[in-house]
Amino acid sequence: MAESVAAKGLTVVEGVTCPFCGVTCDDLEVHVVDGKIKEVKNACVLGKDTFLHHLEGWATPRIRGKPATVDECIDAAAEILAKAKYPLIYGLDSTELNAQRKAIELADLIGANIDHTSSVCHAPSLQAVQTVGISSCTVGEVKNRADLIIFWGCNPAEAHPRHPSRYSVTAKGLFTPKGKKDRMVINVDVRPTPTTRMADAFIQIKPNSDYEVFSALRAMLKGHELDQAEVGGVAIDEWKTLLDKMKSSKFGILYWGMGLTMSRGKYLNIVALLTLTQELNRFTKFLAAPMRGHGNVVGMAQVLTWQTGYPFAVNMSRGYPRFNPGEYSVADLLAHGEVDAALIIAGDAIGNFPAKMAEHLMSIPMIAVDPKESETTKVATVVIPTAQAGIAAGGMAYRMDHIPLVMKKVVDSPYPSDHEVLERIFAKVSAMKNGGNGAPASAGRVRG
Amino acid sequence: MSERRFILITGRTMKQGRSIHLGKEAKEFLDEISTLQMNPKDIEALKLQDGGQVQLKTPHGSTVVKLKKGDIPEGLVFIAYGGFINALVGPDTQGTGMPNTKGIEVEVERYG
Amino acid sequence: MGRSLKIVGGEVYDPANGINGAVKEICIEDGKIVDSCKSPAEVIDATNLVVMPGGVDIHTHIGSSAVNAARGFRPEDHRHAVFAKKPGIRSGVGFTVPSTFATGYLYTKMGYTTVMEAANAPIGVRHTHEELLDIPIVDKGLYILMGNNEFILKYLKAGEMEKVKRYVAWLLRSLKGYGIKLVNPGGVEQWKYGKDVEGLDDKVYYFDVTPRQILKALSWVNESLGLPHSIHLHANRLGIPNNYLTTLETMQTLEGSRLHMAHLQFHSYGGENWGGFCSKAPEVAEYINAHPHVTTDIGQVVFGDATTVTADGPWQYRLYKLSKNKWYNADIEVETGCGIVPYTYREKSYVNAIQWAIGLELFLLIRDPWRVFLSTDHPNGGPFIFYPWIIKLLMDKEFRAEMMKRVHKRVLSDTSLPNLDREYTLSEIAIITRAGPARALGLKHKGHLGVGADADITIYPKDSDREQMFEHPAYVLKDGEIVLREGEIVDSRLGKTLFVVPPDVGEMDPEFKAEFENFYTIEYENFPIDIQDIPNREAIPAGATR
Repeated sequence: MAESVAAKGLTVVEGVTCPFCGVTCDDLEVHVVDGKIKEVKNACVLGKDTFLHHLEGWATPRIRGKPATVDECIDAAAEILAKAKYPLIYGLDSTELNAQRKAIELADLIGANIDHTSSVCHAPSLQAVQTVGISSCTVGEVKNRADLIIFWGCNPAEAHPRHPSRYSVTAKGLFTPKGKKDRMVINVDVRPTPTTRMADAFIQIKPNSDYEVFSALRAMLKGHELDQAEVGGVAIDEWKTLLDKMKSSKFGILYWGMGLTMSRGKYLNIVALLTLTQELNRFTKFLAAPMRGHGNVVGMAQVLTWQTGYPFAVNMSRGYPRFNPGEYSVADLLAHGEVDAALIIAGDAIGNFPAKMAEHLMSIPMIAVDPKESETTKVATVVIPTAQAGIAAGGMAYRMDHIPLVMKKVVDSPYPSDHEVLERIFAKVSAMKNGGNGAPASAGRVRG
Repeated sequence: MSERRFILITGRTMKQGRSIHLGKEAKEFLDEISTLQMNPKDIEALKLQDGGQVQLKTPHGSTVVKLKKGDIPEGLVFIAYGGFINALVGPDTQGTGMPNTKGIEVEVERYG
Repeated sequence: MGRSLKIVGGEVYDPANGINGAVKEICIEDGKIVDSCKSPAEVIDATNLVVMPGGVDIHTHIGSSAVNAARGFRPEDHRHAVFAKKPGIRSGVGFTVPSTFATGYLYTKMGYTTVMEAANAPIGVRHTHEELLDIPIVDKGLYILMGNNEFILKYLKAGEMEKVKRYVAWLLRSLKGYGIKLVNPGGVEQWKYGKDVEGLDDKVYYFDVTPRQILKALSWVNESLGLPHSIHLHANRLGIPNNYLTTLETMQTLEGSRLHMAHLQFHSYGGENWGGFCSKAPEVAEYINAHPHVTTDIGQVVFGDATTVTADGPWQYRLYKLSKNKWYNADIEVETGCGIVPYTYREKSYVNAIQWAIGLELFLLIRDPWRVFLSTDHPNGGPFIFYPWIIKLLMDKEFRAEMMKRVHKRVLSDTSLPNLDREYTLSEIAIITRAGPARALGLKHKGHLGVGADADITIYPKDSDREQMFEHPAYVLKDGEIVLREGEIVDSRLGKTLFVVPPDVGEMDPEFKAEFENFYTIEYENFPIDIQDIPNREAIPAGATR
């Protein structure tokens, strides 16, 4: 909250929340000179880049490739959405709560499918939790208590750079005053990564074998002797040693990532992991947590859950929320060529989707709302640039462990925020659909 | 020319994360997401060239990438997230909503 | 607002002002109840209808990080109830954990106008406020979990009571909360080691303080800050056979001070083990009858599906092992935890049937309706939409008897319920669902229809089937505007978030900021909530006379 003017034209904004990854550091110090970000302290290199390169690669407003005003683009977008029979609203990970709320309200209005980046990221984790539950904790518990940390199928050194120092590997806490010396770190992955270097032990596992491995560990935990010599390309004795370490820890945590969600078995890999960690609670305090990333993806899952009951892959086409991963997930909707219009907000769909999905997206009227140019804006029917959330627009965001934090606005933007654009699109679509009345009473709050 | 099957691992890298901010057109970003890492023993066995080009193929499509030797187990290849892998990943999610983005089988052969 | 309205010809139940069924005109202007209207008033003809203040729910779990985790955890439950959008009405889902818009509409449809979100970890209160903004119509407040707060434990360990007081005031002020909540004090901190507390004098690891010390300290802080509501306590040993002893000991420990015992039904069990599980409702009720310092809400069990969601981590672990249902647990740094387990109460399960009976026994044996309030500890005992069913059970002893025949026969043989003939009157129902909770909360403008009260009013049909009556209000007014008419929501405006303003008892010490950042993983400056983030709000000053 503290701002200080130290020199001419310089504003130092303290306690800034970084919008880039799920670590959601809130201790950044951003130096702004004459309205431009000049320096960022405390951030990792990804966070620094996010702020320092804020002005680069901006999207420009256009319709079918031709320059247009933002107003014209909003009109064009509203027309597309009002006419659509089975629209998709997608993205929403790199934006803030009020924009996300408005997107859901719009989905309610037009009977859209609404999904977000979790769908191709940690949705399998969310599904697994829905299936068996989870024994978990916030990162501060890890910092204060964990004496065993396992990174399984994730690479925080490259994807969540400050996680190890702020929360896990070297963080010093109430019962871990010596930081790294008070804990053991184990890395399990199909290949060594920079995370391996910070671990005390590395287990190299065969790709697509995690489900068998977790099942074997569960069986051994229950006292069964296994017939095979190895599971997942690793000797049984090595797994036994790992299990013993887990059982004899005082407070163990297993962090997992895309290595488990994206490989064979998908959510079943995580069901096996979660069940194992729950069962370990018979022996000691043991927890598990997903390494969520992509900015405010957790926030989108939160508000979608409280407003519709479901965390992703929601369909509103019957006038009420329905949930069916594999049917209403963005991947399947696009792969089956079902949607006839798309609104992509603060998320690069095309750049991250399998080709067939991207193909369908390019064949239908598509609106891209984004601060930056991307594969999506390159081919969108309508492009609406916005103020980047967390930098030129404030709002609420969530950390990977579901803790809510506020993102500040540190600089101005010539473009409106995601929230404002969605509000204006909503108002126009509502007028087109209802003849100007009957707009649902909005609960969204405007934040500065 | 020889081809062989590998398991393709995709993931985030620091470089890929950094270069996103330069706008996805920027050279640094394109370089990082179009570079395939392979174990030197595999490179030798297939008579490929470190720094040369290879073609990756799956039933869904193919893409040409640059080859670089890396600290990666034999039989696996790694490339950072980004547009280059999209041609290789099919749309089938086996009803889970999640495409097969990691651990897929690819054919690797020399290109050019 | 500013509208003028008169409700004419209705039978008014306003027990706080001694009105029990008299036909009386109610005048409303500018959102408040007035002596007479200055402007020409619209008239609602309430002839043959019953007029009550809007309902006040003193203990429910409707919106918080924990509730949202439960909501996301129960997609299978949501399919049991879907709510299509309508002009002015957002769509929604949910049976035991409804989505936010549906929650507001469903409470309004029962004639409730104020609800208190009962359990909130400080670091998640920001989330609660945002979620509450998406619950339309009803006014809301939130209690802040403090019974396992490591700063409080730390100050208690050092005997620094003034620091505890300053810290609590700082929490309430920074987070805009309504009151102090304790859940299994000491036990949830022990759960961070996989343990629980067994009794009030067990020491918590490292901090070496006991549940008894925590109870007394927070009770003292609460009264010394002059907060409108007493401490709100989910006592130790919830759900465990023979826990009634802990319950009695807890209430005895706090004699001489106000105390609200939450969901008392879950704390009134006897028996050495599950096999010997039995009701100790008579013993607990007897204590409460003899000791006016205690208020309570019952946490009545409703047969069918429920979702248990509570900060009582160790209890939820036990329930997971007992029920073999899926189990969600999240320990929260420095503060507390949360556990979620779906559960189904079965009529033919002797434990569930006796639990059901215990709730009713407590209602019927506690004589003073001003100290016993209707709740199901939603969604732990069952969904709040069944309040009308509970009301019917309380008012209609034949209906109760029919129910007793359906459930496990041990209810007839092993509880006092078959011998309890009492039938609640409409006036008593008005007390346990409105006037009593409002008074216990210190909400001077709620729960009654006297001049100056908020014009939150429910008009019910007179139906001898009390479940039908309380399920189908003819009108609901909120701040003097008609929000429900003929069973339909006609206005879904946002209600207010109520919060207390504690007195100024001094700032935290300068070293607190560093301590905060040592314990937590966020910046001290980022912790407090900006009042602007709560656009519709009402501050209740502490220290106001009750």
